[in-house]
Amino acid sequence: MSKEKESIIEESAVSGDWVEIWKVILEPGERASQVPEDTQKVPLEMRMRGFLVNERANLGESVSIRTRIGRLVEGKLVSLHPRYNHTFGEPQKELLAIGQELRTLLKKEGDGDE
Amino acid sequence: MSKPLAQSYEAVMARKGEIMRKAIGIDYSLFEFGKLGFDYEAMMGSVAYSLEETARIQRAAGVGNTPLLELRNLTALAREVAPPGKGARIFIKDEAANPSGSFKARRAALSVYEAERRGYPGVIAATSGNYGAAVASQAAMRGIPCLIVQEVFDSRGQGQPEIIEKSRVCEAYGAEVLQLSVGPELFYVFLQLLEETGFFNASLYTPFGIAGVETLGYELVEQTCRLTGQVPDAVVVTHAGGGNVTGTARGLRKAGCSAQVIGASIDLKGLHMASDRDFNRKSFTTGHTGFGLPFAICPDRSDVPRNAARPLRYLDRYVTVTQGEAFYITEALAQLEGLERGPAGNTSLAAAFALAQELRKDQVIVVQETEYTGAGKHPQAQLTFARENGIEVRRGDPHDSVPGKNIIIPVHPAQIQVKDLELDHIRQSYLKNVVGETPYASLTEQDKEYLALETRWNQARIEEVLHHFG
Repeated sequence: MSKEKESIIEESAVSGDWVEIWKVILEPGERASQVPEDTQKVPLEMRMRGFLVNERANLGESVSIRTRIGRLVEGKLVSLHPRYNHTFGEPQKELLAIGQELRTLLKKEGDGDE
Repeated sequence: MSKPLAQSYEAVMARKGEIMRKAIGIDYSLFEFGKLGFDYEAMMGSVAYSLEETARIQRAAGVGNTPLLELRNLTALAREVAPPGKGARIFIKDEAANPSGSFKARRAALSVYEAERRGYPGVIAATSGNYGAAVASQAAMRGIPCLIVQEVFDSRGQGQPEIIEKSRVCEAYGAEVLQLSVGPELFYVFLQLLEETGFFNASLYTPFGIAGVETLGYELVEQTCRLTGQVPDAVVVTHAGGGNVTGTARGLRKAGCSAQVIGASIDLKGLHMASDRDFNRKSFTTGHTGFGLPFAICPDRSDVPRNAARPLRYLDRYVTVTQGEAFYITEALAQLEGLERGPAGNTSLAAAFALAQELRKDQVIVVQETEYTGAGKHPQAQLTFARENGIEVRRGDPHDSVPGKNIIIPVHPAQIQVKDLELDHIRQSYLKNVVGETPYASLTEQDKEYLALETRWNQARIEEVLHHFG
């Protein structure tokens, strides 16, 4: 499948597809007064996942979703078939060393003591 | 037809009291007296369930009765670095064995039971932590709808991996998850949702949320006695919102155990919890001082009118450890004890490893929780994320740690040490916050007694402190 065709397919969703929407809840000027300065400068945003209600929609369009518990929520379509991308991360050499160090320490000290 | 209610931030916040009353079904004013006090024990007694009832509700939902495990190798390691004769036996309550993978299942079990019993159409909770999974799991068991509101990402759209994992697990249990960017206005969205859905507010801080933890403390004493023939000398509790400390300590007392209750938090000094920039510069999203201190000082600034978590009433000592120390001990727990568990729950283990070295070898110290681990909720995931956010990660002396700048993994277990936070200073801040400008002399006798119970200080000392700061 060509790249172009793939991207066309990935840019539109049909009714019932699992999608992610996004919207702004509070604009920068509407933030609570106790919020620190850096947070004041940015909007309060929301993201949610659910089943597309519209018959067909493209990324970036305003759509409705039905959530897992049946609520209807509107927002901009930002992701189709959204996946979780969190992982176990990369191996960390600072951690990898610890097990052997501790076993050595226990063995060595344990030999003489008690 | 009634007019639609105004949805601006100010309008919704102004309806807070009314929305809360409907969503919790507790009339907090019944327990309030004087200018600032309330009858805490009456509230706990009249609203929550007895220990026996709580245990029964939890058992029916597969919650509780988790194993207490002796950490023989970590004890041996602590004794290697402890002064002669020192190094208490370290035990851990494996709360990861609960249905949703943490002790939070205990809190959720009661709240969801209560929601169903009173006929609410669903449950809702504002939580970025393990509690979301717990409510979602319990709601799934009872077949009632569940909505979880989380603070997940910053203005770049970058999510904290630990919280993204919690979004995933809530969805896995069939809950709706509403993800928000950084900011305390999460509460505004939460109120709107309560109003729209009519769901029960399964807050962490209702009497149900706290009474649910009492079984943990109670079981822990019974199990320690069975395994060692003695009661615990110290119990270490990861401290964030205060419910873990409060519920556990109440359970210990109900079991007749006077063990020292030691709270432990990750030191995140210098990072602002509502800052868009700081949000992703921390590697722990709970169990840290960003919750531990404000919730001790201002307990009632939670999502309920009167917080049933009152950590200052129960803490005998409050210590911090660094992010690097908690990651180190998490690795040690996996490698030496064969228990791979989540890093946030191991905050108290890191502290206990150091605290055991203050106690004699014939004494017993109990770490009262573990939590599940997984993608995102793992030291490797968190350290990878930290590096991507410009945090320096290296081996070294954890005392050189600066939250938000670096994470220092100890080079030797002897470097794991606790830092004591002055509970008296926290009590002073609490008093300043609660009493404010109100002259002490104008308070009622009941108010004064209330403050004494809250601070564990006598009235003369409270008056002196308020006078000094007034």
